[in-house]
Amino acid sequence: MNPEFVSDLTVFVLSLLAGFEVISKVPTTLHTPLMSAANSVHGIVLAGAVLIAVTADGPLGYAIAFVAVAFAAMNVFGGYVVTDRMLEMFRPRRDSGETTR
Amino acid sequence: MSAFDTVIRLVYLAAATCFVLGLHLMNSPVTARRGNLLSAGGMTAGIVAALAVLFHAGTARPAALLVVAAGAVAGAGAGLVGARRVKMTAMPQLVSLFNAVGGGAAALVGVHDFLRLGGAPMDVRNSVPLALDTVIGAVTFSGSLVASGKLQGVVPGRPIVFPGSRWTSLALATAMGVAAVMLAAGVGGTAPLAVLALAALAFGVAMVLPIGGADMPVVISLLNAFTGTAVAMAGFVIGNTLLIIAGALVGASGAILTRLMAAAMNRSIGNVIAGGFGTADGAA
Repeated sequence: MNPEFVSDLTVFVLSLLAGFEVISKVPTTLHTPLMSAANSVHGIVLAGAVLIAVTADGPLGYAIAFVAVAFAAMNVFGGYVVTDRMLEMFRPRRDSGETTR
Repeated sequence: MSAFDTVIRLVYLAAATCFVLGLHLMNSPVTARRGNLLSAGGMTAGIVAALAVLFHAGTARPAALLVVAAGAVAGAGAGLVGARRVKMTAMPQLVSLFNAVGGGAAALVGVHDFLRLGGAPMDVRNSVPLALDTVIGAVTFSGSLVASGKLQGVVPGRPIVFPGSRWTSLALATAMGVAAVMLAAGVGGTAPLAVLALAALAFGVAMVLPIGGADMPVVISLLNAFTGTAVAMAGFVIGNTLLIIAGALVGASGAILTRLMAAAMNRSIGNVIAGGFGTADGAA
């Protein structure tokens, strides 16, 4: 087997395990912001969309690269901003010493 | 490994660390906002690294660079305007929309890689991730659009069940299976990929339509986990570690979150997906 594939597979499995452990007892009020935050993280596909431009050639290649980059950029930029707006709502409550609604 | 490669790899590692810690900080309302900022920092580093690789390679045509710049401006602009203007109550459908385009982008990365190779027979370690990337990405794209439409009221929120819907899903799944095998075997050039993508798009619609609007948050979270997995598969296709790590992280944490959300509503993921329940109005 290709050693690079084996190391990719190792990274994949360990990241899955990290993902299972990383959220534990999240309060109900944070479910939607957490979903939105996780949604922003997979926006890293923008890095992949940028990298395909290295080999993009011809109208079809350019069209695919354009749509992929536009989609991914929308995911990243929109995702982080909307998550931040959701989390802004928690601030006043935190100041009053109350952590969960 | 050249010095440049080493630096890029280390930046990827730093970005991945930020994602893990950032998501972990989201466990508590006190640290959640910091967590999101940390995650955004990791994202910035990862994307800057990808741009550095693009320019360092020096093989990209000027037209391709222009296309990337135009796409980034268009996408980022649409995302920022949407995120700034949306009403608080309409946020879940916007997240679903962002999730849809993320899945679409993941599928397109796979499609691009396949077309570049011109449909030549591939090794199993390439063809399996490619098929999974395309299928999961396309299912999420259309499924999340329908979910978003249901919450927005563009698509009726009530469960839509049409006669023979289960058989339709079964037929679509069969078509995807056959196309995936043909793709792996290198038979039929680019046709199997087209069938795979179209069947997956239809499958996404058929999967979400029968689910009631009240269950949509759970469905969006599930599709979010799907996108994560699709991005990880895209990482295998183009050989990018950061995509694999971030994708797997979201896939797994998204699955846990989906279970928590379903439990909070006294539902199981199984009976949400089975559909046909729920009220006409979204819970958003």
